[in-house]
Amino acid sequence: MPADLGFFALLSRDIKLAFRQKSDIINPLMFFVMVITLFPLGVSPDPNELAAIAPGIIWVAALLASMLSMENMFRSDFEDGSLERMLVSPMPGFLIAIAKVVTHFLVTGLPLVFIAPVLAYMLSLPSEAYGVMVISLLLGLPTLSLVGAIGSALTVGLKRGALLLPLLVIPFFIPVLIFGTGALQGVIMEQPVTGQLSLMAALLLFSLASAPFACSASLKISMGNG
Amino acid sequence: MSFKAKFKRWFHSWASPKWFFEKSERWLPWLGVPALSLLAIGLVWGLIFAPEDYQQGNSFRIIYLHVPAAILSQSIFMMMAVAGAINLIWRIKLADMAAKHCAPIGASFAFIALATGAIWGKPTWGTWWVWDARLTSMLILLFLYLGVIALYSAIDNRETAGRSTAILSLVGLVNIPIIKYSVELWNTLHQPATFKLTEKPSMPAEMWVPLLIMVIGFYLFFGWILFKRMRAEVIEREFKAKWLQKKLIEN
Amino acid sequence: MGEFESFQAFIEMGGHGLYVWLAYAVGAVVIGGNIWWVGRIRKLAEQRLRKYVRRQELEG
Repeated sequence: MPADLGFFALLSRDIKLAFRQKSDIINPLMFFVMVITLFPLGVSPDPNELAAIAPGIIWVAALLASMLSMENMFRSDFEDGSLERMLVSPMPGFLIAIAKVVTHFLVTGLPLVFIAPVLAYMLSLPSEAYGVMVISLLLGLPTLSLVGAIGSALTVGLKRGALLLPLLVIPFFIPVLIFGTGALQGVIMEQPVTGQLSLMAALLLFSLASAPFACSASLKISMGNG
Repeated sequence: MSFKAKFKRWFHSWASPKWFFEKSERWLPWLGVPALSLLAIGLVWGLIFAPEDYQQGNSFRIIYLHVPAAILSQSIFMMMAVAGAINLIWRIKLADMAAKHCAPIGASFAFIALATGAIWGKPTWGTWWVWDARLTSMLILLFLYLGVIALYSAIDNRETAGRSTAILSLVGLVNIPIIKYSVELWNTLHQPATFKLTEKPSMPAEMWVPLLIMVIGFYLFFGWILFKRMRAEVIEREFKAKWLQKKLIEN
Repeated sequence: MGEFESFQAFIEMGGHGLYVWLAYAVGAVVIGGNIWWVGRIRKLAEQRLRKYVRRQELEG
């Protein structure tokens, strides 16, 4: 199958496959909406109280929703054997990792960004924070996909991988969560947030430059030829 | 022989479990005896002879356990990642064994630091848990250790387990400064200028000398327990080797 | 006795005795646990080796 394809051919194949499997797009989105619904029910429907915790709710829910499908990043390719063929093909391993990360972000992350303003409105997030929320999600969610890809590569093929993956990657998500909610809270408190957003951009660039290599090394080790 | 050649030979001798098993037998007392003596001296000094803190009173004496455990657990993580990298690059078995056994020891010291920090918090802040930057970072370090241990135990193949956890601990090592920085930023955003447990303006010598003794004692204790664990691991892996059978059954 | 006037004062630690001794008890249990555990894995590994040698002798 994709053994002799180039990077863009691999990417378009992955995206096509993902869009054919509509549950990959819809399930994280549903999860995001449902988890956010739990907070007004569990905490309080009072708009003032909700507005105070809305940045944290949105970011924690986005983080969990993005993690939900991480386990599948390499699973189907592992099960039908195409992952093994890709790894022995001339294509460098980090390009395979980048293709999977881009697909994961487009399929899981981007839909969350689109629906987040609706949920932010329902949580009474002050309207001036919407722009920063979208920017912070656009900077943070790809970072989560990049870091998550390492965890996914380390647990691919493990029987209990689905349960293990969150334990491995949640500690690495903490900086993204802190900067993301920090930026939103900063806007609400009328403080400058460019610092937080630049830190998120720096984290994104740093993980873009390093995570694909770690991911490719992990894939090779997990497949027994590292 | 040039220094480089000597170093190369010394480095490669670590590839041999037999060399390690024979040599480490003689090293163990040089680690264990000073470790336990320094810990005993530091304990007596810290608990009885060090003056009490003018602000915190005698609860300050928890520092002689909390700080060495915290420093050591961070160093062990670094060592685990470096040993993992050596295993990834040169496939040296002993580095794999060292990395494997760093994880539970480091986790146990992170636990000591966390528990003693929480206990210290009760007389200082009036509650058993405060989301203090240091305690939170220590909790996340413990999570990282538990992740490494969980990944190792989930993989059946020993070599794959060692190499996979090596990658995870290297990723962890790179991320620890980022996590610490972000946690400190988060902490200053939410609780500006709270009273810190261990940041003293200046500590008199009667206070920090026993602390230094405890830190050195903890490091030596770690070396001792790590070598003992690695020796057990050599037996576990090399039980079919004749030299080992001869050595163990003759004694 | 050092900084303390009596053994009683040492135990009480100026009212902070509970916290100091609880912290050191945790430390002692974890450090002791480390020592106990290494003895255990050593014993198990040696048992495994001895079992293997005995089986080899029976077969050979």
